[in-house]
Amino acid sequence: MDWQGQKLAEQLMQILLLAFAVVSFGTGYVLGSFQMMMLIYAGGVVLTTLVTVPNWPFFNRHPLKWLDPSEAEKHPKPQQQQAVSSKKKPAKK
Amino acid sequence: MHSFGYRANALLTFAVTILALMCAMASFSDNLNHPSPSSSVQVLNVNWFQKQPNGNDEVSLTLNISADLQSLFTWNTKQVFVFLAAEYETPKNSLNQISLWDGIIASKEHAKFWTHTSNKYRFIDQGSNLRGKEFNLTLHWHVMPKTGKMFADKLVMSGYRLPKEYR
Repeated sequence: MDWQGQKLAEQLMQILLLAFAVVSFGTGYVLGSFQMMMLIYAGGVVLTTLVTVPNWPFFNRHPLKWLDPSEAEKHPKPQQQQAVSSKKKPAKK
Repeated sequence: MHSFGYRANALLTFAVTILALMCAMASFSDNLNHPSPSSSVQVLNVNWFQKQPNGNDEVSLTLNISADLQSLFTWNTKQVFVFLAAEYETPKNSLNQISLWDGIIASKEHAKFWTHTSNKYRFIDQGSNLRGKEFNLTLHWHVMPKTGKMFADKLVMSGYRLPKEYR
């Protein structure tokens, strides 16, 4: 999942869950049925899980364009030595 | 949100948080309900009224209890526990409460009821104060919601009097 996909997934999750919460509470209150509220919300949570948790293709529409390795070798980083000694790998997300 | 597990965790946490919020709102919505329950109890007969060998008065009554508690039920009500208590004052205790009958009402459909019964639990005084005693019959109820806090209230019915002599 790329950066924009992650942002999209989080926003989708929050919006979908909140929307289902509002709809289920309203329906439950109007129908006077607590069970109906729970069923609608549970369905909403399952649907949201299916939409946002798996790594769908539409979360990967903005791949990062890394430099070609040969191109990077031609322009070595000045602090490369220091970076290796500290052994901190940049977190790949 | 970069991995499957991270997304699943975030979703679950958020979903449960919202669920708690919905339950809190459901509990709050109970405050919008203003119940108007009604009930009446008739003492049809004093079956017997005697002094036990240990000196305590005991009385057996036949009661006709009718009540309409439908307005207590909201969408957030699981059940209502209801009991009828005899309440009276003696020189020793300013308030004596004796539960005579109780019941659990599981649904709104069953909340309008009447029952013809002798007292389910024994009506025994602590001492010998019941002859000619004026007492109240109080219908107490506890509303048990699906989520949130319990409510309790009561309806006092006064003007009952026990006979002056044992029988």
